[in-house]
Amino acid sequence: MHSLLIGLPLLGAAVLLLGGKRTNAWGHYFATAMSIGSFLVGVASFSEMFGLPAEERSIEWTLTEWISVGSFQVPIAFQLDQLSIAFVLLITGVGSLIHVYSIGYMEHDANRRKFFSYLNLFVSAMIVLVLANNYLLLYVGWEGVGLASYLLIGFWQHKPSAATAAKKAFVVNRVGDIGLSLAVMLMFAFFGTVTFAGVNEAADNASEQTATWIGLALLLAACGKSAQFPLQSWLLDAMEGPTPVSALIHAATMVTAGVYLIARSNEIYNIAPTAQLAVVIIGSITYLMGAVIGTAKDDIKKGLAGSTMSQIGLMILAVGLGPIGYVFAIFHLLTHGFFKAGMFLGAGSVMHGMHDDVNMRHYGALRTAMKITYATFGLGFLAIIGIPPFAGFWSKDEIIKVAFSYSPLVGVLTLVGAGVTAFYMTRMMAMTFFGTARWDDDVHPHESPKTMTIPMIILAFGSAFGGMLLLFVADIESWLEPVVGFEHAHHAPDNAILIPVTLAVVAAGAALGWIQYATRDVPRVAPADVSFLTTAARADLYGDAVNEAVFMRPGQYLTRSLVYVDNKVVDGAVNGTAGFVGLVASQLRRLQTGYARSYALMMVLGALVILATAVLVRMS
Amino acid sequence: MNLLMDAPVIDYGIMQPILVVLGAAVLGVLIEAFAPRENRRNIQLVVTFGSLLIALYGVVTNTSEKHVGLGAVNSLSIDGPGLFLQGVILVSALVGAMFLAERDIDVQGDAFAPQASALPGSEDESEFTLRGWLQTEIWPLFLFSVGGMLIFPVANDFLTLFVALEVMSLPLYLLAGMARRRRLLSQEAALKYFVLGAFSSAFLLYGSALLYGFAGSVTYGDIVTAIGQDPGRNGLLIVGSLFVFVGLLFKVGAAPFHQWTPDVYQGAPTALTAFMGAATKVAAFGALLRVAYVALGGLRWDLAPVLWVIAGLTMLIGTVVGVAQSDIKRMLAYSSIAHAGFLILGVIAANPAGLSGSLFYLLAYAFTTLGTFGIVSLVHDASGEANNLGQFAGLGKRSPLVAGAFALFLLALAGIPLTSGFTGKFAVFAAAYEGGAAPLVVLAVIASAIAAFFYVRVIVLMFFTEPQGEEVSVIVPSMFTQVGLSIAATATVILGVMPQPVLDLLNNTFFIR
Repeated sequence: MHSLLIGLPLLGAAVLLLGGKRTNAWGHYFATAMSIGSFLVGVASFSEMFGLPAEERSIEWTLTEWISVGSFQVPIAFQLDQLSIAFVLLITGVGSLIHVYSIGYMEHDANRRKFFSYLNLFVSAMIVLVLANNYLLLYVGWEGVGLASYLLIGFWQHKPSAATAAKKAFVVNRVGDIGLSLAVMLMFAFFGTVTFAGVNEAADNASEQTATWIGLALLLAACGKSAQFPLQSWLLDAMEGPTPVSALIHAATMVTAGVYLIARSNEIYNIAPTAQLAVVIIGSITYLMGAVIGTAKDDIKKGLAGSTMSQIGLMILAVGLGPIGYVFAIFHLLTHGFFKAGMFLGAGSVMHGMHDDVNMRHYGALRTAMKITYATFGLGFLAIIGIPPFAGFWSKDEIIKVAFSYSPLVGVLTLVGAGVTAFYMTRMMAMTFFGTARWDDDVHPHESPKTMTIPMIILAFGSAFGGMLLLFVADIESWLEPVVGFEHAHHAPDNAILIPVTLAVVAAGAALGWIQYATRDVPRVAPADVSFLTTAARADLYGDAVNEAVFMRPGQYLTRSLVYVDNKVVDGAVNGTAGFVGLVASQLRRLQTGYARSYALMMVLGALVILATAVLVRMS
Repeated sequence: MNLLMDAPVIDYGIMQPILVVLGAAVLGVLIEAFAPRENRRNIQLVVTFGSLLIALYGVVTNTSEKHVGLGAVNSLSIDGPGLFLQGVILVSALVGAMFLAERDIDVQGDAFAPQASALPGSEDESEFTLRGWLQTEIWPLFLFSVGGMLIFPVANDFLTLFVALEVMSLPLYLLAGMARRRRLLSQEAALKYFVLGAFSSAFLLYGSALLYGFAGSVTYGDIVTAIGQDPGRNGLLIVGSLFVFVGLLFKVGAAPFHQWTPDVYQGAPTALTAFMGAATKVAAFGALLRVAYVALGGLRWDLAPVLWVIAGLTMLIGTVVGVAQSDIKRMLAYSSIAHAGFLILGVIAANPAGLSGSLFYLLAYAFTTLGTFGIVSLVHDASGEANNLGQFAGLGKRSPLVAGAFALFLLALAGIPLTSGFTGKFAVFAAAYEGGAAPLVVLAVIASAIAAFFYVRVIVLMFFTEPQGEEVSVIVPSMFTQVGLSIAATATVILGVMPQPVLDLLNNTFFIR
């Protein structure tokens, strides 16, 4: 039954892609049904698992033999445990909502069928990623979601910017993929196996050096997929894709795969403190970078993308903390899935009402025109900045707490980040929904249709109560503990001190944002005379410029010189050989005279030659 | 004196495929004699396909029940490899028969002359063409040939081997001369094939006689025993085995006994070339493998240098001369010579992996050959088949499906991974390397690279070159050819992507004697 989790959306993608135009009329309903079906299977599996004692919850099943070469045995086998079921529910749950939302959002798009088939493809690939019981099959899902992401970013490929963004995402992700393939190879070389169970077992006896290298390779992979520094640059451009895609793939699910990968590989990281430190550093840098970028973006989707980068940085930071952090990283990942997807859908709804304008400087005072969007976005806002009792508060607070216990410096960084987050989210909220109306004349904002608002409302419930549900009802700490391990942090600051301090920082950030963007007029054109930091943040902190200077131009130079060598040396040798072969051929073909008599003569000569050879061999 | 002989016990079950096909051939002759002309084709088709399917069923049941052993008083050795080869031959024959049965490609009828007895270009011929007559005798001839092929690789003594060789070859000589179009070329090819084939048969027969002189028996088992008792290597033995090899190497198209191949492949009706190129190669290599591994296995060290020379020569001539060809059928003929060279590596390997690798190679090669020639038969210009390489330019734009399938088969012939050709080549090369033929393997890889040039050239022509001059068209064939080509293409992909089940089947099988 569990294979249906993958099978249903895969079937949907296959039917829509192979069925062609015949499925245009009902394809999107079919795809949505497949996604919901997969979600229901997920719920059934979850309730079954919930009833079992902790040690029986993890199940494995093998679909078929896959690669069987000598001692390298990799079956297509899956593992459904407490960690993967959480992801399955997130992917199929949020995925289904976004399918429903897209029915409304993509209603007038000529390629709607293709869009839904890619969405289904994404869902199935993502579930392969989280259900695989070995790193190689995980790689298949990893590439599958990469493909779906590429196709969907470039979905409006008639726009050059979308096509470029898709290509960029593809190329940057390849860099990360080198990490994953290296990790898989290292595992096979050192442990002789690539299954999670096998690697975990072998990790107990592995040297710290081995674990460090594997850990760093996995971190590189996570950086690519999860848009972490220094491979972060593709995510902001990925906003060229349709908004539901941004919500599902580039906020809630795919970009969190890096967090999953590191949490899944916890046994490796637990014995490699250097790799863990690298994870924490990368996470912290991205956390702050994303937040700073978020403060300067006028494009609502890019602002949210910066925020996504930043929040995933926080999760990566948390998984780098070791057993004290894994659980909370996953916890934050789940709550983030709710509120970020909700806000992206909200942004899509705003754009829908504003003629696809994404510039927040053209918004303002939308709270009356779009009540439902305002309310749901607002709940997401409260959740992300961490106001109790909304979802983000519970998860973020725990991460800040364990960060302090790990190192005061990291703790302070997380606290600063929380303040900046509150600032840019308040800015976004204020510029969009408050202040004065700065709309273009021909724009008449209106609320979106029900297919769009209902998913937003459901996600808003998640933003509001998801944190409490996961913490108090599902008891996520003890739920995940058998898979990723859990230790209570020592020397953690007391909640009685930490919560007020955090809330004060958040309130300060929010107040700053409010004063600057709600109480003063927002110019319709972005002012040019701004501080250096703002200019830098608008330019994505020069991520692209660095890439171009460090990788692209030397790379171009290298390719040019290689092409020169190829033309002159390699082609010369190849053409020379080809010419030689052609010359020999034209001489040899003369033997083919067409006369049966000369053929027969050739046979006799041949027979004589082999007789002579045999005689010579005997004599020697 | 007891005049009563004990009747030999004969296991008919194990010989079922052979008996069914030969019986159907005899039945086909009777049909030609008694059935009215207008019904003959349909009856012959039922008999042909029916008998091939029944025979294939027999092979499959014998394989799954592991029903193996010596048959017909030790003259046949129906073992694992033998059954596999019979299966491959039957499948090739089925697909080949589908191509032969095609009537939609040529507006005048099938690929064969309406009456082979009418002179080409004569009034009689146009009269028969007008009447829409078909030469339905091709079907019994075809079945006789298949019957011979079924015996050839399982023959367990040199006399049976010789008889099978003739039963399989004689009908092919006739069939090759009966092309509807360009019949003079076809007749010339048939005559060359016949004369040279007879010449090579003489080698085989003379070699067998010498071996009889050496061992006092023509049965493989007895020859093995005799070789074991003669450490000094009698001259009769050496000369006899070399002559036997000459006869067999002629059939597989190895240099320097290859020269008939391009002429015959080009002259014969393309549908027949498809069948012949696939099934003859399988049958002949089957026999060659059995003779080399079983009967003359003890001579391995004496024969290896000869085989090395022949393998090297065959690979180089096949690939190098293939580069210079401008006719697609001649090019594919040289490609078949090159493949014969690669397959001889499997003979040289002289280990179980060499045997199983060669068998896999043959299976893969049969399908790709059927596929390539099947597609060649579809591309036409005003005067008939368009065989000039230049005429394939731009085909990818006009008929992407056909050009795509052709590209698939060519890539498989070139041995590109994920096609059946790669798996086969890899298996044979690896086995030969293990068998100590590393220098030859290097040569084979180089030859593969040269061969890839002319395969890929066709793909480049089809997809990346603008067509020039006369328009060619791709004929949409009837179900027969469509099904045949689909089988070939599917098998090529499946054997490339999931070769393991077949490899497993082959891994634990070896010749018995």
